[in-house]
Amino acid sequence: MRKYIVKRILLSIGILFCVTFIIYTLLRCLPSSYVENMAMQLAQQPGAKPYEEWLDQLNASYGLDKDIVPGYLTWLSDAVRGEFGDSWKFTVPVLEKFNDVIWLSFVMSAIAFILELLIAIPLGVIAATKQYSRADYAITAGALIGISLPTFFFATILKLVFSVKLGWFDLFGLVGRDYAQLDAMGQFLDKANHLVLPITTLVIVSVGSLMRYTRTNMLEVLNSDYIRTARAKGLSENKVIYQHAFRNTLIPLVTIVGGSLPGLFSGALITETLFGIPGIGYTSYQCMLAGDIPFFMFYMAFMAILTLAGNLISDILYAVVDPRVRIA
Amino acid sequence: MSDNKDKIRTSTPEEEQLSLNDDRRVKVLSPGAMVVKRFLRNRLAVIGMVMLIAMFLFSFVGGFISPYGEDEQFYRYEEQMKEYAGVVRNNDFRYTAAEGEKFDSVLQAKFQLAANKQAESFEYKDTVYKITAEGTDFYSISSGDKMIAIAFKDIINAENSEISFVLKYDALKAYTNGETSFTSEGKEYALDEDGNLSEGGNVVACISRFIVSPVSTDVTVGRLFKEQLEESINAGSEEFKFTDEDGKEYVYQITYDAYTSSWSVKQGTQTYVYDGYAKPSRTHLLGTDKNGMDMLTRLMYGGRVSLIIGFIVVFIETALGVALGGVAGYFGRWADNLIMRIVDIFYCIPSLPLMIIIGSAMDAMKVDPQIRMLYLMLILGFLGWPSIARLVRGQILSLREQEFMTATEACGIRVSRRIFRHLIPNVIPQLIVTCTMSLGSTIIMESTLSFLGLGVKFPFASWGNIITDVNDAFVMTHYWFIWIPAGICLLIAVLGFNFVGDGLRDAFDPKMKR
Repeated sequence: MRKYIVKRILLSIGILFCVTFIIYTLLRCLPSSYVENMAMQLAQQPGAKPYEEWLDQLNASYGLDKDIVPGYLTWLSDAVRGEFGDSWKFTVPVLEKFNDVIWLSFVMSAIAFILELLIAIPLGVIAATKQYSRADYAITAGALIGISLPTFFFATILKLVFSVKLGWFDLFGLVGRDYAQLDAMGQFLDKANHLVLPITTLVIVSVGSLMRYTRTNMLEVLNSDYIRTARAKGLSENKVIYQHAFRNTLIPLVTIVGGSLPGLFSGALITETLFGIPGIGYTSYQCMLAGDIPFFMFYMAFMAILTLAGNLISDILYAVVDPRVRIA
Repeated sequence: MSDNKDKIRTSTPEEEQLSLNDDRRVKVLSPGAMVVKRFLRNRLAVIGMVMLIAMFLFSFVGGFISPYGEDEQFYRYEEQMKEYAGVVRNNDFRYTAAEGEKFDSVLQAKFQLAANKQAESFEYKDTVYKITAEGTDFYSISSGDKMIAIAFKDIINAENSEISFVLKYDALKAYTNGETSFTSEGKEYALDEDGNLSEGGNVVACISRFIVSPVSTDVTVGRLFKEQLEESINAGSEEFKFTDEDGKEYVYQITYDAYTSSWSVKQGTQTYVYDGYAKPSRTHLLGTDKNGMDMLTRLMYGGRVSLIIGFIVVFIETALGVALGGVAGYFGRWADNLIMRIVDIFYCIPSLPLMIIIGSAMDAMKVDPQIRMLYLMLILGFLGWPSIARLVRGQILSLREQEFMTATEACGIRVSRRIFRHLIPNVIPQLIVTCTMSLGSTIIMESTLSFLGLGVKFPFASWGNIITDVNDAFVMTHYWFIWIPAGICLLIAVLGFNFVGDGLRDAFDPKMKR
């Protein structure tokens, strides 16, 4: 087991190198408009150096004058030491900005995720146990509608109904106008109030896939021989479903839930952007539009690590939870 | 047909037992027919199918039925009120000196003081000036016996030639005293109540308290216009119409500003503008967008773009995925290892951020919208193949070990034939399901990018970029018909694909009981 984990981690590190290299190459091939813009601005100041000199100087200071491979190696050696440079857009160290915004995203995603679990698993189980009933159709259709809803459209509808027509929430932002005057409790409630719509959006849009996953797995378990045996034994239907079937359904569920835990840190780009919530998604979106290479490199590397970690966790959990699986 | 049935019924029981007519046979369905039957039993899948067919008809046939073009713009005339002129009622004395005389500003000031005191004369530099009240707000100033100037508040505007001092004096005198005719320098003049001064039927000047100064310097305000303006100011009306020399009728609005005690006149001009954000009507069932294009037609063409992009992307994905997954699954060993590592790498690249940064780079490079659409499809396709490759590989790995594959090997069938004729067809059911589902997600991805303004660009419509307008909060709250129909189309199309995909998954599953 330990050997397997070590092997997987080493493989993940290899993949991470490749991914970051590909992204670095792509970024370097793009027109570095940010640096050019900045050089243009600096050159326009009275008594400034000409544009070309500024451009060279900026390129040198951002490490853009090197070829791609040495440039990547420089980035990598800095990154390994935990130095990701300064964000160009926010002019603070990348890690500092990241630390500012990540926890908000995490809290938001975590609340949404818990709600998803609370909604998806019971409904998925109900749908599976009453296959082809009206409830099943309703739940399946609801799940598919959730999956099919484009985030931006749904978020806009929520805004129109709850912010504009009913006036319950603000349209944008994390804090209200009079945030500074509120006491600690009031500030907390203000933030919570502003997070209601984003979290609702996240839950509705992503609850469907988990619901369907639960239903499919539950159906598979219900069709297996040991459930037939349990029924043949004369166990009550409740016992069959909640003790025999549901526990076995938990195996794939636990792996997928474990696997999506790292994803809680990845933020919700579209939702955060639409609601103006300053989390990691919104911040990185601003950086992407501004062509902020240091922050973007960091963000992409971070996302890749999250994906790899998620896969690793779900594979390990699978072996841990299911005694039938033995990893050589 | 009916004859046939009758015959069967009338045949003897013995014959019936031996007959091999269709109704006697045990019903056997081919696997394909079983799938169709199961699919049709699934209510959601059928609903999804109907939704898809409706969306396809809407997008692909709708464009031909619609009387408008994709980027045909509509215009409307709009009344725009533009600042035209300012009007002030004159309350200061104006002066005109007699020919050969001077009445400079010092004398004017002295006169002003004297007039305010209602004095009859004033003195300046040892000269006594006598003030004679000739009419309301009309005075003449004379030194000795000679009249040297007149002071007046009603202004004479000459029509053509200059007006001599004497005529001016006589006219004002008549006007301020309310006379309708007078004689000056041997000529007969008539005055009407509007202050028009005419000689033998020809209007030579008009007298009025109002000063009209046009806003733009190239406009000259005609006498008739002034007359009408004055009339409506006196009548206290706020609007009047005036037809100019070219026969064009304009609407004018008068607003009084008490602070500067002046009137401002606004001219209503008809401007030819894009019929933007027009409300739904009979000609435009869903109104028009901000560029004055018919919304319903835009939706149809947008659907075409969204669906075509979806199909091409999924086609690229599938082609790459099946080829690489097939190779990896069939050959195993190093090929499998290599391809699966590539798949792992692609899995780790977050596609939305990557697309956003590529999109903003294309913005910076000002890529032509059409070429941009091509890049979009290529990149989305190139990022999407790994999941299909994984699926195909997994299927092939399990199929490879089955007896029928050993049989093909024993028969000595070519490798390519074994893969493409025997393995791939067995993967196809799974593949169809995945492709249908990923059509939906590709459309969502494309519309999200277009929504962010980084996907399909303006002259082309796409459901995503139609909704972009909601970034303007005013559009979001006031023009529902701009973005809600597009969102619903998007939802219906994606939902259709997902329903059908889900139904197909169940239908293809041989373990299914129904």
